[in-house]
Amino acid sequence: MPEKTFSTAITNFVDKALRQWWWKVICIACLAFTVVGGMLLPVPRLNILNETIRNLYYHVPMWITMMMLYTAGVVYSIIYLRTGKLKDDIYAYQLTVTGVMFSIFGMITGMEWAKYTWGQAWSNDPKQLGTALSMLVYFAYLVLRNGMKDEEKRAKISAVYNIFAFTLLIPLIWILPRMVDSLHPGNGGNPAFKSYDRDFSMTIVLYPAFIGWILLGFWIASICIRINMVRYRQENTYQFEIEKHN
Amino acid sequence: MANSFLSLVRKDMLIEWRQKHTLFGVALYVGSTVFAIYMMAGQPEAKIWNALFWLTQLFVAVNSVAKSFLQEHPHRFRYYFTIVKPTTFLLAKMCYSIALMLIMSLVSLLLFSLLLGWPLEQGGLFVVITLVGSISLSAVFTFLSAIAARAHQNAALMAILGFPLVTPVLMILSNLALKAIAPVYQPGWWILALVLLALDLLIIILGAILFPFLWQE
Repeated sequence: MPEKTFSTAITNFVDKALRQWWWKVICIACLAFTVVGGMLLPVPRLNILNETIRNLYYHVPMWITMMMLYTAGVVYSIIYLRTGKLKDDIYAYQLTVTGVMFSIFGMITGMEWAKYTWGQAWSNDPKQLGTALSMLVYFAYLVLRNGMKDEEKRAKISAVYNIFAFTLLIPLIWILPRMVDSLHPGNGGNPAFKSYDRDFSMTIVLYPAFIGWILLGFWIASICIRINMVRYRQENTYQFEIEKHN
Repeated sequence: MANSFLSLVRKDMLIEWRQKHTLFGVALYVGSTVFAIYMMAGQPEAKIWNALFWLTQLFVAVNSVAKSFLQEHPHRFRYYFTIVKPTTFLLAKMCYSIALMLIMSLVSLLLFSLLLGWPLEQGGLFVVITLVGSISLSAVFTFLSAIAARAHQNAALMAILGFPLVTPVLMILSNLALKAIAPVYQPGWWILALVLLALDLLIIILGAILFPFLWQE
């Protein structure tokens, strides 16, 4: 079937890419530059924000990384439903769990920042509410998974829930907060960061920061995946033989 | 397909009618919830009234729709599996729970108006919003109760899975309903209404696509 060859092509490509080392070097270089350059290079002087604007290099990349990991997790859930190989379920789960970790980091960096600029860590901002909801949805995913013992069934049901939740959540956290006023830049009369982006010294750090954090997210996920693949093979030696022959 | 769909819906309605205890159990649940709210809040102002109404709708949806999949014996699914297509089965269940939820939401609206007052300026609009709202609530919870039933779990799992997913829907609904409460014209309500309708459509399509995978053993 053409779909199956398509999904195996994706998984083979990712498997090969995860084993290579060059992107890890890029990741380390970008993150080192982000930390050093983010602390030392000049930033625009703005009221209230002052030096806290440097948190932009940490806070925003966390969300981008989280979305990338969740999206990759959903892609693997779809592939799992197509192929039925438990390997793809391990990929989907570990990618999503790493995404949850990054969402916690994003929340912490955001609340820290909000405490110094908006006055309090939690201020019922629509984006904060949307994020809290998406965290609850993914915590529910973890609860659902841990409640089931049968591996095949767990894989199938959690893949279905993952696709359902992700598809419902995307319009809700990307579109709805943009329709109401928010304290975030670019909403409700607040200036967007786009206007500061023109500042060359910020752009030169922000883009490496995006690349570095995204690569770090996938690096962590790939290590988790490898650990769980080893565990899976040890626990299911017989089943693994069958899958290899197919 | 249309034939088996209709007979499935008819079967669920018949079972509901013969085992009257579940139907009247839910009705009693609605009644006692509204009465408890009345005992605590009396006749609240419009905004609180609205919030309480939608919260009641949420709990009624969880309790009435949970039955759609969780009340069936797991072994009976194997029998259904042999005679109907999964999508037909899900759509029939959704249709049945939407019908149940429509009745229950009208009952709770009636009780609310009796006990907690009627702070609405545009009653007809509010009834329409209630009906649309009960469609989306019951569609989401039907699919989640299918997940909970396949996972051999109880209704608590359904609530855990559903509340975060359904909260934005409830926010849209209560904002829309506020338009029916306030006498002044508020711009932008039709965008919210379109978002809600698109969301309903998305839920039903997603359910129809994903249910066959859930169904297989």
